[in-house]
Amino acid sequence: MADTTTETPLVDVRHLKEYFPVNTGFFKSIPLKAVDDVSFQIKRGETLGLVGESGCGKTTVGRTILHLYEPTDGEVIYDGRPIKTKDDIKWFRTKSTMVFQDPYSSLNPRMTVSDIIGEPLDVHKMYSSHEEREKKILELMDRVGLNSEHASRYAHEFSGGQRQRIGIARSLAVDPEFIVCDEPVSALDVSIQAQVINMFDELQDQMGLTYLFIAHDLLVVRHISDRIAVMYLGKMVELADAAEIYDHPLHPYTKSLISAVPIPDPKIARANKRIPLQGDIPSPLNAPSGCPFRTRCPYAEAKCAESMPSFDEVSSGHFVACHRTAEINS
Amino acid sequence: MALLEVRDLHTSFFTDAGEVKAVNGVSFNLDRGQTLGIVGESGSGKSVTVYSILQILAPAGKIVSGSVKLDGQELVNSGEKVMRDVRGNKISIIFQDPMTSLNPTYTIGDQIMEAILLHTDRTREQAYARAIEMLELVGVNDPEKRMKQYPHEHSGGMRQRVMIAMALACEPDILIADEPTTALDVTIQAQILELMQRLQKELGMAIIMITHDLGVVAQMCDEIVVMYAGSYCERGTAEEIFYNPKHEYTKGLLRSIPTMDTMGQKLQPITGTPIDLLNLPKGCPFAPRCDAAMKVCIRQAPEQMVINEDHKASCWMNVKAQMEAQAAAAQAEAQAEAEAAARRATPAGIVDEIVEEVEAELAHKASQAKTVEEEGGEA
Repeated sequence: MADTTTETPLVDVRHLKEYFPVNTGFFKSIPLKAVDDVSFQIKRGETLGLVGESGCGKTTVGRTILHLYEPTDGEVIYDGRPIKTKDDIKWFRTKSTMVFQDPYSSLNPRMTVSDIIGEPLDVHKMYSSHEEREKKILELMDRVGLNSEHASRYAHEFSGGQRQRIGIARSLAVDPEFIVCDEPVSALDVSIQAQVINMFDELQDQMGLTYLFIAHDLLVVRHISDRIAVMYLGKMVELADAAEIYDHPLHPYTKSLISAVPIPDPKIARANKRIPLQGDIPSPLNAPSGCPFRTRCPYAEAKCAESMPSFDEVSSGHFVACHRTAEINS
Repeated sequence: MALLEVRDLHTSFFTDAGEVKAVNGVSFNLDRGQTLGIVGESGSGKSVTVYSILQILAPAGKIVSGSVKLDGQELVNSGEKVMRDVRGNKISIIFQDPMTSLNPTYTIGDQIMEAILLHTDRTREQAYARAIEMLELVGVNDPEKRMKQYPHEHSGGMRQRVMIAMALACEPDILIADEPTTALDVTIQAQILELMQRLQKELGMAIIMITHDLGVVAQMCDEIVVMYAGSYCERGTAEEIFYNPKHEYTKGLLRSIPTMDTMGQKLQPITGTPIDLLNLPKGCPFAPRCDAAMKVCIRQAPEQMVINEDHKASCWMNVKAQMEAQAAAAQAEAQAEAEAAARRATPAGIVDEIVEEVEAELAHKASQAKTVEEEGGEA
């Protein structure tokens, strides 16, 4: 991995906030804090895995970075350039794209495969002649392992894995550097997942891509990521190298999450000591005061209710947000 | 006698496009207190198998042949009256999606009490008390308040607990769990799986667990059935299936999942796409995607082979391995025999003696010749 101190990160997210207004009455609304003060950096060529349970705001982080949602507060700096004006956003979207979770609903059923893949080319006017457009589309299809004779077919004629390939070809059309992958394999069958995961790996090697890989399957994330960030209720609670976070998780939530992963090996799975969590995730509409995890945390004490712990670097490259990191892990 | 015996079950759906053979000859036994896992990807027929057991198939679906015996009683073609007594009473099921399988217009309490009132002689008051007891058993806090609430007021994990409470209210012998945790988060999944294990210990029921998650299977199941395209690939104890897989599909699946050790390595995916159930091939259904496929795999479906008493598999590779082992054994035997025969023909000891004798004589003659030469020289 490249030296962390000297290189400017490709994506620099600073104090990102995304609040959605929720109507509670006529003219009255309260904010739903989907993402609350999240900061992190992604280096060029790196894969950052983002994990957390449903409703923790991981998808919103991905979408807000790409400005599919207007951020409530905070900054996204891409390759040294802050993304603020409409021109910035338009430029940013030729550099960054997204692969969506559900390959069934993210492809327009009325468009042919070649139109789906060609649409980003049309939007950004990235060709000079009709022939060039065709050529580019066929190149993209070849790159993701689709047959050129499929170009005139419609999405419903394909299986889930092939549809996800169409989605990936579309996201590669603008020749991006940075791709937000939002649960790209969770809708696929086990035997197809590995094909798509390998393709992400190969594309990264060939094209030098940078990924933000959002998923809830921790084994998949561990496989593909260089570093992993863990979110809980709109806040980032831990961030470290992939191996480090599995071998030495520091935050009580991360510990419990990792211990809950079912290991596909009967002897290990039966010997595995899970750290059970009580109850469910609280609603983000009335998140607990202080640390959001304190209501389910076995180590919570008075100070956890008073203030949100800061997101500190406790060892090189290992960030954690917990008041009691030192006491719990000693 | 096994609690549940499924023998050579065939279920088809008769659609406008043709007959879809969803289940093609599945057999297994289930004993009391045991957990059986049925593993396969979407379209492999794992759900249809258990829907066939309970006979809750969609109208187009029909059990074509085979037998399902519960405690020795045949269920196929036994009639709706018998089945009504079985469903929810002796065998109950929890479905994948707790969001859609509860009725949104009835309270949780009404829905749990429905099964109790239907299958037992309890009065409404007794049924109410039983429902509260069940909610406490599955770890729902404040059950009296929950009884009056509607499903939308509960989270996913809570709803799945309610589903389990409902399924267990009549103390069934068998609980079928159809992807019970797929819609849930990891930490909630761990809670529900642990709950099921605890309840199994306390109540002693057998569980059939349907899932595509090999991690869940490894944690929960004593025995595993692996299915592909409606056919049964392999069946054995969890240890046998995970550590000694004997079907190419199972081997491929186990190779293709990321584990703690695969970081930074390439995964080894199963190539190709899932099969079209309308056009099943004549031979092994997995052959078109199988790296090790032979001619016979395409021509003829494999028979079930007994690997050992805990393990059966339907894959031609085992026949090939067996034949190769036999051939190798025969060859080794032939070779050993040939060597023995050679030894008998010219016993090695005698040959060595002759050689030694000849050599000694030659040496003696040489020394004699040398002394003669020396004497001549002196003279």
